[in-house]
Amino acid sequence: MHRWRKFKNGLMQVVTCACALLVITPLALLFYHLLKSGLGSINWAFFTQLPKPVGEAGGGMANAIVGTFELVGLAALLGVPVGVLGGIFLSEYGSVRLNFWIRLGADVLNGVPSIIWGMVVYALVVVPMKGFSALAGGIVLGMIMVPLIMRTTEEVLALVPNGYREAALALGIAKWRAIVQIVVRTALKGIITGILLAGARVAGETAPLLFTAFGNRFWNHHLTDPIAALPLQIFNYAISPYEDWHRQAWAGALVLLLFVALVNVSVRVLTRDRFSHR
Amino acid sequence: MLMATEPQKELPRPAAPLLAVPKPVPSQTRAAQAPGTVPSALTVRDLSVFFGDNQVLKRVSLDVPARAVTAIIGPSGCGKSTFLRALNRLHELVPTARMEGEILLFGQDIYGRAVEPVVVRRRVGMVFQKSNPFPTMSIADNVTVGLRLNGVRNRQVLAQRMEQSLNMAALWDEVKDRLGAPAISLSGGQQQRLCIARALAVQPEVLLMDEPASALDPLATGKIEDLILELKKDYTIVIVTHNMQQAARISDFTAFLYLGELVEYGTTSKIFTSPSKKRTEDYVTGRFG
Repeated sequence: MHRWRKFKNGLMQVVTCACALLVITPLALLFYHLLKSGLGSINWAFFTQLPKPVGEAGGGMANAIVGTFELVGLAALLGVPVGVLGGIFLSEYGSVRLNFWIRLGADVLNGVPSIIWGMVVYALVVVPMKGFSALAGGIVLGMIMVPLIMRTTEEVLALVPNGYREAALALGIAKWRAIVQIVVRTALKGIITGILLAGARVAGETAPLLFTAFGNRFWNHHLTDPIAALPLQIFNYAISPYEDWHRQAWAGALVLLLFVALVNVSVRVLTRDRFSHR
Repeated sequence: MLMATEPQKELPRPAAPLLAVPKPVPSQTRAAQAPGTVPSALTVRDLSVFFGDNQVLKRVSLDVPARAVTAIIGPSGCGKSTFLRALNRLHELVPTARMEGEILLFGQDIYGRAVEPVVVRRRVGMVFQKSNPFPTMSIADNVTVGLRLNGVRNRQVLAQRMEQSLNMAALWDEVKDRLGAPAISLSGGQQQRLCIARALAVQPEVLLMDEPASALDPLATGKIEDLILELKKDYTIVIVTHNMQQAARISDFTAFLYLGELVEYGTTSKIFTSPSKKRTEDYVTGRFG
């Protein structure tokens, strides 16, 4: 009897542990494969040169790397203020009923497939402007960021104890000032974390960019021109028939993954002391 | 006696009005007292407070004398905290809150149509049960935050007011060498005194205290109580307490609330030695509550 119970407990432990390990297996495989196929093509030229025409060896993805940062920056210009202020509204001002609908809307938007975002911005921005553009790419990524940042902002603000709000108001500090200088400041680390994770998430979006940023084999000099982006370049190179381009696509994928991993790791380091005050 | 370890400096008088600081105290506050009379700082008339359909306070009327300590006692849920919060309109943070009646602060209706809650709270400060210094700020910044976020920029004024407030809160000697340290590095009792300094820095006329020592050990409690006795020379203090000995030790007047009603209100010695209501007697002698 006793032994049977011990066996069941052991079995449970093994099964749950196996499933937990299963979660990180794809990541390990992904890293292994990307390192094997991509590392060889990563060199100085990859980060500094433009793509070479078909048949010519060498070249790099400098324009796509810069383009990705540019697009994420543009997206942040839209996503950070709207998302953070929206989150502040939900946490500090909104009424129960209104919040219910806004939260529901944000959660539904978080689940909208990104290709649909691309179509929406294609219709709203690309068609009226008569052309693909960096601006349209930034807008679509920004729109994807808004609900993500809004929800994380709301959640970290909700963790700020009410005592701080009451203490601030009891000092005769105006509500908006108390929110900006005390509540938001207390939760700032969490808000920044949410922004960084949202940035890392949209940096890897490909589908919405197909309809908006479009990609570019050269440097982008104007917000109204198409712009290159790493995921787009990877996509275009991967579906091409050329061996050389395939290798470059692997390298691009490796760089993108490392970038996303880097953001995640730095967020972990940044927030490690969240509960030890300062 | 509890201050023995820490020689009590003579407490500075609250500021002579400083340049560029909003005038803290209207003239009538410290008006000469007519002999034999104690002017009221707060006049509460028929105060009823509702949260939704739940009536928490039922037509409470009392006068809070200026420059004295008034204790509010009563069992849990009797409306003590709500009463206190109605005095600086902090209960309005609850969206369903509603009040009836009248509260006058030195004759001015704090619920008047043109009166902003922010202005009321500048004049009626509050110290909470759980010490809540702002965790992102240093000790110094915590003290001056109320001034800074109300537009006071003059560094000299801020530094002066900080030292003064910390002195009044009997904390200056303990923190003067580490004013830039995070406020949450202080001990629990020090944090509570820091919160008192923070409330004093904006120079309120009335100080509300919601069980300010209930989370502290006896030594820290003793310091807070000594501090209250010092502060009442200049401030009107209303304190909610669960601790009847504390009320007896530090207050001049005591109000006993029960189930949202004011059962009895009078000088502390009368409430504790010869209450006129049976229920008061039962409560202060520990027979119920």
